[in-house]
Amino acid sequence: MLDVSVAYERYKFLGYEFLTWLWFMMENDFEGLSKLYEELSSFEMGNRLVLENRHTGAVEVVTIKGDDAGLEEAQLALKKGAMVSEINLSFNIGEQKWRYTIKGESLNISTMKVPETGPMETEDDMEGGILEKIYLYEKGIELMEKLYNGFIKTRISPDWKNKVLPNIRKWMDA
Amino acid sequence: MGILSPSVSITRYKVEGKLSGNISETISKKLKEHTIQEIDQTVTEKAIGWTSTLQPFIPDFEQSSFIVGPYAIFSLRVDQKRVPAKAVQKYVTLETAKKLAENGRKFLSRDEKRILKDHVMGVLYRQTPSSPAIYDIVWSYEEEWLWFFSSLKSANETLESHFLESFGLTLVRLFPYTYAMLSSGLNDEQKDILGNLTPEGFLE
Repeated sequence: MLDVSVAYERYKFLGYEFLTWLWFMMENDFEGLSKLYEELSSFEMGNRLVLENRHTGAVEVVTIKGDDAGLEEAQLALKKGAMVSEINLSFNIGEQKWRYTIKGESLNISTMKVPETGPMETEDDMEGGILEKIYLYEKGIELMEKLYNGFIKTRISPDWKNKVLPNIRKWMDA
Repeated sequence: MGILSPSVSITRYKVEGKLSGNISETISKKLKEHTIQEIDQTVTEKAIGWTSTLQPFIPDFEQSSFIVGPYAIFSLRVDQKRVPAKAVQKYVTLETAKKLAENGRKFLSRDEKRILKDHVMGVLYRQTPSSPAIYDIVWSYEEEWLWFFSSLKSANETLESHFLESFGLTLVRLFPYTYAMLSSGLNDEQKDILGNLTPEGFLE
Protein backbone atom coordinates (compact mmCIF):
# COMPACT_ATOMS: atom_id res chain seq x y z
CA MET A 1 0.00 0.00 0.00
CA LEU A 2 1.10 3.55 -0.71
CA ASP A 3 2.58 5.85 1.92
CA VAL A 4 -0.38 7.18 3.90
CA SER A 5 0.23 10.92 3.40
CA VAL A 6 0.82 10.45 -0.36
CA ALA A 7 -2.33 8.30 -0.61
CA TYR A 8 -4.37 10.91 1.31
CA GLU A 9 -3.55 13.62 -1.20
CA ARG A 10 -3.65 11.48 -4.36
CA TYR A 11 -6.98 9.82 -3.68
CA LYS A 12 -8.96 12.47 -1.84
CA PHE A 13 -10.90 12.94 -5.10
CA LEU A 14 -12.64 9.63 -4.25
CA GLY A 15 -14.20 11.33 -1.23
CA TYR A 16 -15.45 14.27 -3.32
CA GLU A 17 -16.84 11.91 -5.97
CA PHE A 18 -18.50 9.80 -3.25
CA LEU A 19 -20.33 12.78 -1.74
CA THR A 20 -21.38 14.09 -5.17
CA TRP A 21 -22.68 10.62 -6.10
CA LEU A 22 -24.47 10.50 -2.73
CA TRP A 23 -26.32 13.74 -3.47
CA PHE A 24 -27.29 12.36 -6.89
CA MET A 25 -28.51 9.10 -5.35
CA MET A 26 -30.44 10.95 -2.66
CA GLU A 27 -32.38 12.88 -5.28
CA ASN A 28 -32.77 10.12 -7.86
CA ASP A 29 -32.44 6.64 -6.40
CA PHE A 30 -33.41 6.25 -2.74
CA GLU A 31 -34.19 2.61 -3.52
CA GLY A 32 -30.59 2.09 -4.62
CA LEU A 33 -29.38 3.60 -1.34
CA SER A 34 -31.73 1.50 0.76
CA LYS A 35 -30.43 -1.63 -1.00
CA LEU A 36 -27.00 -0.73 0.40
CA TYR A 37 -28.44 -0.30 3.90
CA GLU A 38 -31.74 -2.09 4.30
CA GLU A 39 -32.67 -0.59 7.68
CA LEU A 40 -32.65 2.92 6.18
CA SER A 41 -36.13 4.45 6.33
CA SER A 42 -35.34 8.04 5.32
CA PHE A 43 -32.26 9.83 4.04
CA GLU A 44 -32.00 13.51 3.25
CA MET A 45 -29.74 16.48 3.00
CA GLY A 46 -29.23 18.23 6.34
CA ASN A 47 -28.36 21.86 6.91
CA ARG A 48 -24.96 22.19 5.24
CA LEU A 49 -23.50 21.47 1.81
CA VAL A 50 -20.06 22.60 0.69
CA LEU A 51 -18.81 22.36 -2.90
CA GLU A 52 -15.31 23.01 -4.20
CA ASN A 53 -14.29 23.76 -7.75
CA ARG A 54 -10.62 23.05 -8.49
CA HIS A 55 -10.92 23.24 -12.27
CA THR A 56 -9.93 26.88 -12.50
CA GLY A 57 -6.56 26.46 -10.78
CA ALA A 58 -7.63 28.32 -7.64
CA VAL A 59 -10.13 26.65 -5.30
CA GLU A 60 -13.62 28.17 -5.38
CA VAL A 61 -15.82 27.21 -2.43
CA VAL A 62 -19.62 27.42 -2.34
CA THR A 63 -21.28 26.86 1.05
CA ILE A 64 -25.03 26.38 1.46
CA LYS A 65 -26.26 26.63 5.06
CA GLY A 66 -29.62 26.48 6.79
CA ASP A 67 -32.39 23.94 7.27
CA ASP A 68 -34.51 25.05 4.33
CA ALA A 69 -31.77 26.50 2.14
CA GLY A 70 -32.34 26.24 -1.61
CA LEU A 71 -29.84 24.21 -3.58
CA GLU A 72 -29.96 26.22 -6.83
CA GLU A 73 -26.56 27.76 -6.21
CA ALA A 74 -25.07 24.36 -5.44
CA GLN A 75 -26.55 22.91 -8.65
CA LEU A 76 -25.09 25.80 -10.61
CA ALA A 77 -21.68 25.16 -9.02
CA LEU A 78 -21.97 21.48 -10.07
CA LYS A 79 -22.60 22.54 -13.66
CA LYS A 80 -19.42 24.58 -13.54
CA GLY A 81 -17.40 21.55 -12.43
CA ALA A 82 -17.56 21.77 -8.62
CA MET A 83 -17.72 18.63 -6.48
CA VAL A 84 -19.23 18.13 -3.03
CA SER A 85 -16.53 18.39 -0.35
CA GLU A 86 -18.73 18.30 2.75
CA ILE A 87 -22.33 17.25 3.34
CA ASN A 88 -24.63 17.24 6.35
CA LEU A 89 -27.02 14.31 6.36
CA SER A 90 -30.15 13.51 8.28
CA PHE A 91 -31.48 9.98 8.25
CA ASN A 92 -33.71 7.55 10.07
CA ILE A 93 -33.00 3.95 10.86
CA GLY A 94 -36.38 2.55 11.84
CA GLU A 95 -37.92 5.41 13.79
CA GLN A 96 -34.69 6.73 15.25
CA LYS A 97 -32.95 9.77 13.83
CA TRP A 98 -29.25 10.45 13.20
CA ARG A 99 -27.57 13.56 11.86
CA TYR A 100 -23.94 14.21 10.94
CA THR A 101 -21.54 15.86 8.54
CA ILE A 102 -19.11 13.89 6.35
CA LYS A 103 -15.97 15.57 5.06
CA GLY A 104 -15.08 14.10 1.65
CA GLU A 105 -11.29 14.18 1.70
CA SER A 106 -10.98 12.45 5.09
CA LEU A 107 -14.35 10.68 5.51
CA ASN A 108 -14.30 12.16 9.01
CA ILE A 109 -17.65 12.43 10.72
CA SER A 110 -18.41 15.59 12.67
CA THR A 111 -21.34 17.08 14.61
CA MET A 112 -22.83 13.60 14.91
CA LYS A 113 -26.10 13.57 16.84
CA VAL A 114 -27.60 10.21 17.68
CA PRO A 115 -30.95 9.24 19.26
CA GLU A 116 -31.20 10.01 22.96
CA THR A 117 -30.05 7.44 25.48
CA GLY A 118 -31.44 6.81 28.97
CA PRO A 119 -30.29 8.73 32.08
CA MET A 120 -26.99 7.67 33.68
CA GLU A 121 -27.11 7.94 37.47
CA THR A 122 -25.28 4.91 38.81
CA GLU A 123 -22.01 3.25 37.76
CA ASP A 124 -24.00 0.43 36.09
CA ASP A 125 -26.10 3.02 34.23
CA MET A 126 -22.88 4.63 33.09
CA GLU A 127 -21.47 1.42 31.64
CA GLY A 128 -24.77 0.63 29.93
CA GLY A 129 -25.09 4.21 28.72
CA ILE A 130 -21.60 4.18 27.20
CA LEU A 131 -22.30 0.88 25.43
CA GLU A 132 -25.58 2.27 24.10
CA LYS A 133 -23.81 5.40 22.82
CA ILE A 134 -21.15 3.28 21.11
CA TYR A 135 -23.87 1.17 19.49
CA LEU A 136 -25.60 4.30 18.16
CA TYR A 137 -22.33 5.79 16.86
CA GLU A 138 -21.56 2.45 15.24
CA LYS A 139 -24.91 2.42 13.43
CA GLY A 140 -24.25 5.89 12.03
CA ILE A 141 -20.72 4.98 10.95
CA GLU A 142 -21.85 1.64 9.53
CA LEU A 143 -24.29 3.46 7.25
CA MET A 144 -21.56 5.70 5.85
CA GLU A 145 -19.23 2.73 5.37
CA LYS A 146 -21.86 0.68 3.54
CA LEU A 147 -22.72 3.60 1.26
CA TYR A 148 -19.01 4.19 0.58
CA ASN A 149 -18.49 0.48 -0.16
CA GLY A 150 -21.40 0.66 -2.60
CA PHE A 151 -19.90 3.71 -4.26
CA ILE A 152 -16.41 2.19 -4.54
CA LYS A 153 -17.71 -1.03 -6.06
CA THR A 154 -19.69 0.96 -8.63
CA ARG A 155 -16.77 3.31 -9.28
CA ILE A 156 -14.41 0.47 -10.24
CA SER A 157 -17.01 -1.37 -12.32
CA PRO A 158 -17.81 -0.83 -16.04
CA ASP A 159 -21.26 0.39 -14.88
CA TRP A 160 -19.67 3.63 -13.74
CA LYS A 161 -18.78 4.85 -17.23
CA ASN A 162 -21.67 3.13 -19.01
CA LYS A 163 -24.58 3.93 -16.71
CA VAL A 164 -23.89 5.95 -13.58
CA LEU A 165 -21.81 8.79 -14.99
CA PRO A 166 -24.21 9.47 -17.91
CA ASN A 167 -27.12 9.55 -15.42
CA ILE A 168 -25.25 11.94 -13.11
CA ARG A 169 -24.51 14.19 -16.11
CA LYS A 170 -28.18 14.13 -17.15
CA TRP A 171 -29.18 15.11 -13.61
CA MET A 172 -26.62 17.90 -13.54
CA ASP A 173 -27.92 19.29 -16.83
CA ALA A 174 -31.59 19.11 -15.87
CA MET B 1 -16.20 16.77 22.47
CA GLY B 2 -16.30 13.53 24.40
CA ILE B 3 -18.04 10.23 23.99
CA LEU B 4 -21.04 11.33 26.08
CA SER B 5 -21.41 14.77 24.47
CA PRO B 6 -24.63 15.56 22.61
CA SER B 7 -22.62 16.11 19.41
CA VAL B 8 -19.36 14.34 18.52
CA SER B 9 -16.64 14.27 15.87
CA ILE B 10 -14.96 10.96 15.15
CA THR B 11 -11.78 10.03 13.30
CA ARG B 12 -11.65 6.31 12.52
CA TYR B 13 -8.50 4.19 12.62
CA LYS B 14 -7.49 0.64 11.88
CA VAL B 15 -5.09 -0.76 14.48
CA GLU B 16 -2.22 -2.68 12.91
CA GLY B 17 -0.32 -5.24 14.95
CA LYS B 18 -1.16 -7.52 17.87
CA LEU B 19 -0.73 -7.19 21.62
CA SER B 20 0.88 -10.12 23.37
CA GLY B 21 -0.40 -11.94 26.48
CA ASN B 22 -3.65 -11.14 28.25
CA ILE B 23 -4.97 -8.18 26.25
CA SER B 24 -6.73 -6.23 29.01
CA GLU B 25 -3.77 -6.69 31.39
CA THR B 26 -1.34 -5.55 28.67
CA ILE B 27 -3.44 -2.48 27.87
CA SER B 28 -3.75 -1.64 31.57
CA LYS B 29 0.04 -1.95 32.04
CA LYS B 30 0.79 0.27 29.02
CA LEU B 31 -1.80 2.86 30.04
CA LYS B 32 -0.25 3.05 33.51
CA GLU B 33 3.27 3.36 32.11
CA HIS B 34 2.18 6.24 29.85
CA THR B 35 -0.30 8.00 32.13
CA ILE B 36 -0.30 11.81 32.00
CA GLN B 37 2.11 13.40 34.49
CA GLU B 38 1.14 16.62 36.26
CA ILE B 39 3.34 19.57 35.22
CA ASP B 40 1.88 22.40 37.32
CA GLN B 41 4.54 24.10 39.51
CA THR B 42 7.26 22.61 37.31
CA VAL B 43 9.29 24.16 34.50
CA THR B 44 7.84 21.71 31.94
CA GLU B 45 5.83 23.35 29.16
CA LYS B 46 3.81 20.41 27.82
CA ALA B 47 2.75 16.90 28.86
CA ILE B 48 1.08 14.16 26.83
CA GLY B 49 -0.40 11.01 28.34
CA TRP B 50 -3.38 8.73 28.86
CA THR B 51 -6.07 9.42 31.40
CA SER B 52 -9.39 7.96 32.56
CA THR B 53 -12.38 9.11 30.50
CA LEU B 54 -14.76 9.57 33.41
CA GLN B 55 -12.16 11.05 35.78
CA PRO B 56 -9.69 12.82 33.50
CA PHE B 57 -8.02 14.76 36.34
CA ILE B 58 -7.55 11.72 38.56
CA PRO B 59 -6.17 9.14 36.14
CA ASP B 60 -6.34 5.70 37.64
CA PHE B 61 -6.19 2.60 35.51
CA GLU B 62 -5.98 0.41 38.61
CA GLN B 63 -9.34 1.34 40.10
CA SER B 64 -11.44 2.71 37.31
CA SER B 65 -12.78 0.23 34.85
CA PHE B 66 -11.57 1.22 31.40
CA ILE B 67 -12.75 -2.03 29.84
CA VAL B 68 -16.41 -1.68 28.92
CA GLY B 69 -17.80 -4.71 27.12
CA PRO B 70 -15.45 -5.51 24.23
CA TYR B 71 -13.95 -1.99 24.24
CA ALA B 72 -11.11 -0.20 25.99
CA ILE B 73 -12.26 3.32 26.78
CA PHE B 74 -9.75 5.92 27.85
CA SER B 75 -8.63 9.41 26.88
CA LEU B 76 -5.64 11.24 25.55
CA ARG B 77 -4.78 14.28 27.66
CA VAL B 78 -2.50 17.05 26.46
CA ASP B 79 -1.56 19.63 29.10
CA GLN B 80 0.00 22.77 27.72
CA LYS B 81 1.21 25.98 29.37
CA ARG B 82 0.89 29.17 27.38
CA VAL B 83 2.90 32.18 28.51
CA PRO B 84 1.94 35.40 26.69
CA ALA B 85 4.77 36.65 24.46
CA LYS B 86 4.50 40.12 25.97
CA ALA B 87 5.05 38.71 29.47
CA VAL B 88 8.20 36.94 28.23
CA GLN B 89 9.40 40.16 26.60
CA LYS B 90 8.78 42.14 29.82
CA TYR B 91 10.67 39.76 32.12
CA VAL B 92 13.54 39.25 29.66
CA THR B 93 13.96 43.05 29.47
CA LEU B 94 13.87 43.41 33.28
CA GLU B 95 16.30 40.53 33.87
CA THR B 96 18.66 41.83 31.17
CA ALA B 97 18.71 45.30 32.75
CA LYS B 98 19.36 43.76 36.17
CA LYS B 99 22.24 41.63 34.91
CA LEU B 100 23.86 44.53 33.03
CA ALA B 101 23.62 46.75 36.12
CA GLU B 102 25.19 44.02 38.30
CA ASN B 103 28.14 43.59 35.93
CA GLY B 104 28.51 47.22 34.83
CA ARG B 105 28.34 46.17 31.17
CA LYS B 106 26.41 47.50 28.17
CA PHE B 107 25.71 44.25 26.29
CA LEU B 108 25.17 40.55 26.92
CA SER B 109 26.72 37.88 24.71
CA ARG B 110 24.49 35.66 22.59
CA ASP B 111 24.98 32.74 25.02
CA GLU B 112 24.18 34.93 28.03
CA LYS B 113 20.97 36.12 26.33
CA ARG B 114 19.95 32.52 25.62
CA ILE B 115 20.66 31.38 29.20
CA LEU B 116 18.77 34.39 30.59
CA LYS B 117 15.74 33.71 28.36
CA ASP B 118 15.72 30.00 29.35
CA HIS B 119 15.81 31.06 33.00
CA VAL B 120 12.91 33.52 32.50
CA MET B 121 10.87 30.88 30.64
CA GLY B 122 11.52 28.39 33.45
CA VAL B 123 10.30 30.85 36.09
CA LEU B 124 7.22 31.75 34.05
CA TYR B 125 6.36 28.12 33.25
CA ARG B 126 6.61 27.26 36.95
CA GLN B 127 4.08 30.02 37.74
CA THR B 128 1.69 29.26 34.86
CA PRO B 129 -0.99 26.57 35.26
CA SER B 130 -1.35 24.15 32.36
CA SER B 131 -4.48 24.01 30.28
CA PRO B 132 -5.73 20.47 29.60
CA ALA B 133 -7.25 19.20 26.35
CA ILE B 134 -8.98 15.82 26.61
CA TYR B 135 -9.89 13.56 23.70
CA ASP B 136 -11.84 10.35 24.27
CA ILE B 137 -10.94 7.03 22.66
CA VAL B 138 -12.89 3.83 21.99
CA TRP B 139 -10.68 0.90 21.05
CA SER B 140 -12.21 -2.34 19.86
CA TYR B 141 -9.11 -4.46 20.42
CA GLU B 142 -10.75 -7.62 19.08
CA GLU B 143 -11.98 -6.03 15.86
CA GLU B 144 -8.79 -3.93 15.59
CA TRP B 145 -10.38 -0.52 15.11
CA LEU B 146 -10.23 2.65 17.15
CA TRP B 147 -12.30 5.84 17.25
CA PHE B 148 -10.74 9.10 18.28
CA PHE B 149 -13.21 11.79 19.30
CA SER B 150 -11.59 14.70 17.51
CA SER B 151 -10.82 15.65 13.95
CA LEU B 152 -8.15 18.21 14.93
CA LYS B 153 -5.03 17.48 12.88
CA SER B 154 -2.59 18.19 15.72
CA ALA B 155 -4.57 16.03 18.19
CA ASN B 156 -4.71 13.14 15.70
CA GLU B 157 -0.96 13.35 15.09
CA THR B 158 -0.31 13.36 18.84
CA LEU B 159 -2.56 10.31 19.25
CA GLU B 160 -0.80 8.39 16.46
CA SER B 161 2.68 8.95 17.88
CA HIS B 162 1.72 8.42 21.55
CA PHE B 163 -0.22 5.25 20.72
CA LEU B 164 2.74 3.80 18.82
CA GLU B 165 5.10 4.73 21.66
CA SER B 166 2.80 3.23 24.30
CA PHE B 167 1.54 0.04 22.66
CA GLY B 168 3.97 -0.54 19.78
CA LEU B 169 0.95 -0.64 17.42
CA THR B 170 0.40 1.51 14.34
CA LEU B 171 -2.80 3.46 13.81
CA VAL B 172 -3.81 3.81 10.17
CA ARG B 173 -6.27 6.64 9.62
CA LEU B 174 -9.27 5.53 7.55
CA PHE B 175 -9.77 8.02 4.72
CA PRO B 176 -11.08 7.31 1.19
CA TYR B 177 -8.04 5.35 -0.02
CA THR B 178 -7.10 3.46 3.17
CA TYR B 179 -10.72 2.56 3.92
CA ALA B 180 -11.21 1.19 0.38
CA MET B 181 -7.96 -0.77 0.53
CA LEU B 182 -8.20 -2.12 4.09
CA SER B 183 -11.84 -2.38 5.03
CA SER B 184 -14.15 -2.50 2.04
CA GLY B 185 -13.59 -6.15 1.14
CA LEU B 186 -12.09 -5.58 -2.33
CA ASN B 187 -10.16 -8.44 -3.92
CA ASP B 188 -6.65 -7.95 -5.36
CA GLU B 189 -7.92 -7.29 -8.87
CA GLN B 190 -10.37 -4.66 -7.61
CA LYS B 191 -7.61 -3.06 -5.53
CA ASP B 192 -5.45 -2.78 -8.66
CA ILE B 193 -8.29 -1.05 -10.53
CA LEU B 194 -8.80 1.29 -7.58
CA GLY B 195 -5.09 2.12 -7.44
CA ASN B 196 -5.19 3.20 -11.09
CA LEU B 197 -8.21 5.47 -10.79
CA THR B 198 -7.84 9.15 -11.60
CA PRO B 199 -10.27 11.98 -10.85
CA GLU B 200 -13.39 11.74 -12.98
CA GLY B 201 -14.61 14.98 -14.48
CA PHE B 202 -18.36 14.93 -14.00
CA LEU B 203 -18.66 17.55 -16.73
CA GLU B 204 -18.97 16.24 -20.28
